Amino acid sequence: MANILVNAPKTAKRGDVVEIKALIMHPMETGFRPGPNGQIIPRNIIEHFTATWNDAEIFAIEMSPAISANPFISFFAVATESGKIRLRWTGDQGFAVEEQVAITVE
Amino acid sequence: MDRRRFLAGTAVLALLPFDRAAATPDAMAEAIRKVVGGAVVREERVKLDMPPLIENGNTVPLTVSVESPMTDGDYVKAIHVFNEKNPQPNVLSAKLSPRTGRAVVGTRIKLGDSQKIVAIAETSDGKFWSASADVIVTLAACLEEST
Repeated sequence: MANILVNAPKTAKRGDVVEIKALIMHPMETGFRPGPNGQIIPRNIIEHFTATWNDAEIFAIEMSPAISANPFISFFAVATESGKIRLRWTGDQGFAVEEQVAITVE
Repeated sequence: MDRRRFLAGTAVLALLPFDRAAATPDAMAEAIRKVVGGAVVREERVKLDMPPLIENGNTVPLTVSVESPMTDGDYVKAIHVFNEKNPQPNVLSAKLSPRTGRAVVGTRIKLGDSQKIVAIAETSDGKFWSASADVIVTLAACLEEST
C-alpha cells in the first residue's frame, strides 16, 4: 500500500473554490536511467491521476517520466455539496491506488 | 586490449545512456503541434511559475495559472506543459472543467538540463494561450542513482 498524503479542507461554504493537494510515494522511474549493473531500469511511473467529487470528475492529469518521484499535485475544485473527494492514481506495472477524503459543504 | 581501444570503449559506454531519442526544440515543437494543431497560440493569460535558477533538477516546483472565469460558458479545459531537453518533450497534460473552479495546477518536475519550459492552455472556445520560462539547472535529474 502506497503512502498517501491528502490536504483538503474538511468544511467549505457552498460555491467556495477549495485547494486540494495530494502527495503519493512512488519512485517515478523514468526508464531512461541505467542501474548499478549498467542495464536500463525499466520504466515505472504513474500515468494518470483523477479526482472526483461524489463521482463527478473535477480534475485529471496525465503524467510523464518528467514528473518528480513521489508526485505532488495541487489543484482546485468548486465546493458543490457534502460528500467524498476520491483521488485515483494508476500507472505502469499495474499500479492502481485510491484514496478518499470527506468534505462537508454548508 | 591496448589503451586506445580501451579509451574508445569507455567513451562509447559513457555516451550510451544519452544516445537515446532526447527531446530537442524540434521535438517540443512537434509535441506542441500535436496538441494545438494549426491554431494560433497567443502568449497571454497563462502564467508559468518556476524558479529561474535550480540547484536540483530532481524536484523543480512548477505552477501554471491561467486567467479565466471558469464558468460553464468560458473555462480552461486543458493545461499542457512541455520541455526542450528532457528525454521526452511532454511533461504533463491536465484536464479541467468549470467544476475545477480555478485554472491552476501545481506539481514538481524533473529537469535534465538548463532549458525552456512551455505551458499551453486551451480554453473552452478552442483558443490556445501560452507562457514560457527559461531555467538554469546546476544539478541535472537522472544522472545519479537515487537513494
